[in-house]
Amino acid sequence: MADFPDDLRYTTSDEWVRLEGDEMVSGITAYAAEQLGDIVYVKLPEAGQQIEQSEPYGEIESVKAVSDLKAPLSGEVTVVNADLDQNPAVINDDPYGQGWIFRFRPSNPGQYDSLLTAEAYEAKTKEG
Amino acid sequence: MSYLPHTPAEREEMLRAIGVPSVEDLFANIPEHLRGTLPIPDALSEMETLQLVQALAAENLNLAGRPAFLGAGAYRHYIPAAVPAITGRSEFYTAYTPYQPELSQGTLQVIYEYQSMIAELTGLDVANASLYDAATGVTEACTIAINATGRSTIATVGGLNPQYARVLRTYLHQEGFNLLEIPEEWVLDPEQVAAALDESVAGLVVQSPNLFGSIEPMADLAAAAHDAGALFIAVSNPLSLAILAPPGDVGADVAVGCGQPFGIPLQYGGPYLGIIAARAGLARQLPGRICGATVDGEGRRGYVLTLQAREQHIRREKATSNICTNHQLMALAATVYLSLLGKQGLPELATLCAQKAHYAARRIAAIPGFALASDAPFVNEFTVRTPVPAAEVNRYLLRREIIGGFDLGRVDPALQNYLVLAFTELNTRQQIDDLVSTLESLQPEVAVEALQSAGGVA
Amino acid sequence: MTEPLIFELGAPGRKGYTLPAPDVPAEPLEEMIPARYLRRTPANLPEVSEPDVIRHFTHLSQMNYSIDSGFYPLGSCTMKYNPKVNEVAASLPGFRDIHPLQPESTVQGALRLMYELQELLGAIAGMDAFTLQPAAGAHGELTGLFIIQAYLRSKGEHRDEVIAPNSSHGTNPASAAMARAKLVTVGTDARGRVDIEELRRLVSDRTAALMLTNPNTLGLFEEDVEEMARIVHEAGGLMYYDGANLNAIMGKARPGDMGFDVVHLNLHKTFTTPHGGGGPGAGPVGVKEFLRPFLPVPIVERADAGYILQEDLPQTIGKVRSFYGNFAMLVRAYTYIREMGRQGLTQVSEDAVLAANYLRARLQDLYEAPFPGPNMHEVVLSARRQKAQGARALDIAKRLMDYGFHAPTIYFPLTVEEALMIEPTETENKGTLDAFIEAMRAIAGEAAENPEIVRGAPHDAPVSRLDEARAARQPDLRWRPAEEASA
Repeated sequence: MADFPDDLRYTTSDEWVRLEGDEMVSGITAYAAEQLGDIVYVKLPEAGQQIEQSEPYGEIESVKAVSDLKAPLSGEVTVVNADLDQNPAVINDDPYGQGWIFRFRPSNPGQYDSLLTAEAYEAKTKEG
Repeated sequence: MSYLPHTPAEREEMLRAIGVPSVEDLFANIPEHLRGTLPIPDALSEMETLQLVQALAAENLNLAGRPAFLGAGAYRHYIPAAVPAITGRSEFYTAYTPYQPELSQGTLQVIYEYQSMIAELTGLDVANASLYDAATGVTEACTIAINATGRSTIATVGGLNPQYARVLRTYLHQEGFNLLEIPEEWVLDPEQVAAALDESVAGLVVQSPNLFGSIEPMADLAAAAHDAGALFIAVSNPLSLAILAPPGDVGADVAVGCGQPFGIPLQYGGPYLGIIAARAGLARQLPGRICGATVDGEGRRGYVLTLQAREQHIRREKATSNICTNHQLMALAATVYLSLLGKQGLPELATLCAQKAHYAARRIAAIPGFALASDAPFVNEFTVRTPVPAAEVNRYLLRREIIGGFDLGRVDPALQNYLVLAFTELNTRQQIDDLVSTLESLQPEVAVEALQSAGGVA
Repeated sequence: MTEPLIFELGAPGRKGYTLPAPDVPAEPLEEMIPARYLRRTPANLPEVSEPDVIRHFTHLSQMNYSIDSGFYPLGSCTMKYNPKVNEVAASLPGFRDIHPLQPESTVQGALRLMYELQELLGAIAGMDAFTLQPAAGAHGELTGLFIIQAYLRSKGEHRDEVIAPNSSHGTNPASAAMARAKLVTVGTDARGRVDIEELRRLVSDRTAALMLTNPNTLGLFEEDVEEMARIVHEAGGLMYYDGANLNAIMGKARPGDMGFDVVHLNLHKTFTTPHGGGGPGAGPVGVKEFLRPFLPVPIVERADAGYILQEDLPQTIGKVRSFYGNFAMLVRAYTYIREMGRQGLTQVSEDAVLAANYLRARLQDLYEAPFPGPNMHEVVLSARRQKAQGARALDIAKRLMDYGFHAPTIYFPLTVEEALMIEPTETENKGTLDAFIEAMRAIAGEAAENPEIVRGAPHDAPVSRLDEARAARQPDLRWRPAEEASA
């Protein structure tokens, strides 16, 4: 079963965010990874790219589905997880750890507080 | 009706299982006033049908065994008997798209082998499972260029086959796209092309050998495209790639071609085979089906359709293309053909065709009033200037049971005195010599014939 | 059972061809073409004999399922028997060995066949003019949308939205996108039909067209089609008919009478041209009279002197493919239509609909049928119950292979959970239909009692389930010569 660490915040479009100093890290949740199935490709953003909250910044593909990746907050991408090019499966195996997608500097950190808590997100996944 | 198996008793039994008295009840959802007729002729027996179709076929002048010098995008080559022996296996031709790989390993492995051969021939990294034809292949290649560069202008040149150029115009005749058509006289000057390109150009499309038969300076043209930040799209007769530097070696990003010369009959224009290949970085931009190798549960090698998230059945309006058909049976013919001809035979064949064409070119150029349109190098097709309109020449030849060449006046009235002639292994020296002697006899006689057909001479 | 790659067979120098000895001077290549244009190393094509080739491809053919080997109930694909006389017709030298640029006077039989096919398709679909150029259904869709856009432009209108149901074929939205239109999706109501109230809200002065399949992808007839046409036409849009499901209604109803302005037909579905393992097909497009001026050129017309390729259509959208379409497929479809005739095609649709409803009647106690019948030519069942027991639609599809059948279409339409979309067609006899029913019922029993056996299927295919994730993660899309592969 999917787990949802308490120290993260979540979006309704199944991304997670972790605070790390001035920056934040994001990926997709274990629930989303499970729904997509075997992930085969991630179209990553580029470092320096501006992202807008709730707007698509990339795409994630499984064998038979494709989804937009949406920015959890607005800001600027600082680092992307280039390992995903070679090993996208790590998102299925470790979505909150090695399966992180990108790191960014938020332009409006206050947006973080509007995101879902683990409890609220889990409740949402149960609604289906 | 030999294809409809149900007996009246079986139909009754099935209706009982459904619980309706008659088959008409199953159509009850169609409003009564829409219920219509089918105003077409009555049914025929198989024998009568075939006789009727045979009569239509007999009204056509088939080229088998005849002297014919038409090319311009469709080429008459000998088809080895093993090709139809395989494409005629109904395990291949009555199968559907290989969506269930466990039951389609035959088709899938053929695709994988086809992709490998096309990649080898084009010198590029990856080919798809095929497209409808080269014309739509050009449009798909342009879409790749537009998506890859974020630009919206496509540049083409006058030597692009008009069949392809006209389709490209249709596809680009939409808001937000532009088509830059660079004029061309027989062969391109890379510097002039470079001067015509700017930062709006997403892709440059060049065909070599071109419509006129000339080999283009592809490496320099690729460099010109890349200097402008555009992709270079190389269009070719794939048979010529057995002897000419392949697109991948001259810097093409995408290669397109018509695979008809590889064991596919002329059949009045289709179905043919749309070839497309690209460098590795563009694999996820390719349209249509792609097959990949993988393993099954026991670790055995097997094949599946892959990178499917590009395609319409998953991505719908965001797909790389709407295409879901490939010309698989034609790709099978090409795969068998390329296996038979192989590493040695394909260059030998291409060379033989070139030798026939070069022999013919020398002889025709020596006829008073005729001349080669340019001194650009060519393979198996070239353009001659004719002393009377090419259409006249073709009519003259046809009356002597020779199918002439492609009249460039059909593309551009200014070129009405130019004729493109194509040569393959099927054109014997005798046929070529007859063509030459007929052309030699043309000048004095054509004027008389023209007068006769106008009723001027009794 | 695996077969080596053709590249792994053979030996250097082995040949599978003979060429005539040159009868013209055997000029060396370098003397004909400057060295800078020549290929430096030959393409690494196979080096095999003709027997090697025949045996290899024969082995491969034996690893395929095909309509000639068994029942192929792929919903939406109309996998019916392909008459052999079609193949004989298409291979007549008078059709096979004619060049597309030959003078018209030398191809009158070919042109007449095309002209008559245009007329026959017009009569079957209730349309006024046809182009035979599009190479496939999706290509027909794009052609149809180009025609609609050209017509709207000619009236000075800029309409950029195309409406399609959420149950539509994936090609509909993809074609709309290629025509640079914005896709608007209309939902499905509880009866499996287009939500007509939602459609009323969605149309506007931006609506270019509604793309509709009728019967729809759930195998149900849209009885309100005329009302939909009224709604769309009143908003100034046109009606597009996706002909994928025409097999249900020949002789019963015609799209042209339902209010459609443009249709495409799939000759490889309804009119028995073989699928070829994925193509070629043919997707002719028919239009109402007011759209005739916009058809792609050339179209075949009848003139005093005979049949001609008419290029002179001032408002044409242009060409959509090289030459005149997949001619050899047109020959097959023409042959089939002439043989079946009025009576035959009507019986085709009756039997196709009868078979689908028969399957439904005998399976709906074990598999959920989400929408009320009667069905037309296909039935969509849901494996929701079986999924809860541990066997998904995919597993059932794979298990059917062990029973000797091809799988139905699965997970489409997207609007039905665990969809199993079954199209039996008219050419399967009752014995085959009964055997399929028994297999489906046996699998339902297995799903309830022993789902592992379903999940592990297929057990008897040439390969077991293939690792599709690996194929997509590490794409291996071609063979490479040994020296390159190890480099």
